[in-house]
Amino acid sequence: MTQTINVTLKIWRQNGPKEKGRFETFNAENISTDMSFLEMLDVVNEQLTRNGKIPIAFDHDCREGICGTCGAVINGRPHGPEKATTLCQLHMRKFKNGDTIAIEPFRAMAFRVIRDLVIDRSPLDEIIQAGGYISANTGGAPDANAIPIPQQTAETAMDAAACIGCGACVASCPNASAMLFTGAKISQLALLPQGRPEAAERAISMVRRMDRLGFGNCSNERECEAECPKEISITHIARMNREFLKASFFSSVK
Amino acid sequence: MNWFINSLGSSIGKKLMMAITGLSFCGFLMAHLAGNLTLYGGRDAFNAYAEHLHSLGILLNFAEIGLLSLALIHILTGLYLFWQNFRSRPVRYAVNKSAGGRTIGSVTMPYTGVFLICFVVFHLLNFHFVDKTQTTIYDIVDTAFSNLPYTLIYILAMVIVAIHVSHGLWSAFQTIGANHLKYMPFVQVASIVLALVFAIGFGFLPIYIAFNL
Ligand code: FES
Repeated sequence: MTQTINVTLKIWRQNGPKEKGRFETFNAENISTDMSFLEMLDVVNEQLTRNGKIPIAFDHDCREGICGTCGAVINGRPHGPEKATTLCQLHMRKFKNGDTIAIEPFRAMAFRVIRDLVIDRSPLDEIIQAGGYISANTGGAPDANAIPIPQQTAETAMDAAACIGCGACVASCPNASAMLFTGAKISQLALLPQGRPEAAERAISMVRRMDRLGFGNCSNERECEAECPKEISITHIARMNREFLKASFFSSVK
Repeated sequence: MNWFINSLGSSIGKKLMMAITGLSFCGFLMAHLAGNLTLYGGRDAFNAYAEHLHSLGILLNFAEIGLLSLALIHILTGLYLFWQNFRSRPVRYAVNKSAGGRTIGSVTMPYTGVFLICFVVFHLLNFHFVDKTQTTIYDIVDTAFSNLPYTLIYILAMVIVAIHVSHGLWSAFQTIGANHLKYMPFVQVASIVLALVFAIGFGFLPIYIAFNL
């Protein structure tokens, strides 16, 4: 039997990047506990549209926790209170009838609010553009498994590669630092032989780009790894630090 | 030289400076504590230790300059990081909630840091920049701690040192990239243990002196 609950939403509304934002209160009634958080917002938006009001803008795409498009801060927690879940995978059964839920966009100087809960996450793309790739000059396709990679290493690289780039690490960091994101991206390539040739250049240029974009500095608060929907560990930040220090002080890359 | 400035000036470079200077201070505090333990040996033991230390002459001056430079790097970098981090989120959250990563040590790091700068100045004025021709260092310490407010300030400062170290030590290891599956749990426990050693080791001395135990 489906249960329904009523909740009060305090949602951040902001008309544009330069506008002043404010909280608006909405009542979401008869919400099925089987709904996802975004489906609940859909219900509220339909109501708003029917009443001739402007719906709440929020980002979403896959709605199955793999694309990294969704995300908002729910009662102070990026992607809501549940561990290892994106906002689209959070269910209303995690809330109680009568709850008041504060919904804010991911906040950081580097993330502009475009509208309401929609933010501009392109600074994360810029970090990738600075070196989060390998250069593969085309030619005959190499044999699969021609380079042996220990299972353990492949797993660790895969753990880092699980990052969906949602930005929850930045949102949860008391310093709005992007080190978990950058650390994961540098790690996933640093661990594999294919990533080694460009490792020094990559570490230096990705870290410098990250710094220029206005993210804060990591102070090892560990909030990011606790909030990351993919549970990426700060050991990847340590690996980035290692890669960066090695590249800075022991490689010929300037 | 440009590459050097650029590397140290980066976010990771600044953290590296905090880590290395911080680790040096942990080392200094251990040596300082070892020396101070001679207070339990009474007036002669402590005065002998002080005399021995001062007989190092010029070496001691070098050590002092070294410590002062480390302090300047640690303080200035720390303040700059604090300001940058403050600036990186111009619109704050209305609701703040921890997911369980933060500790009292990590949350209070900049504040305990600023408190400690003030304390170090106070401490040097008490025991370092004083005329020691008419008296011995033991007597200075003895008089200072017969004053209750002094005793309390010192005990409080030692609790704060412990809080600062509890986050600082493991954090320094993480920063220099020494986060190892096998050793990190040990480093984290060691941070708490060292914090307790400082709190109890230093913190009990004023009590011992004040109550003439
Ligand atoms: S919408 Fe794709 S992860 Fe949530």
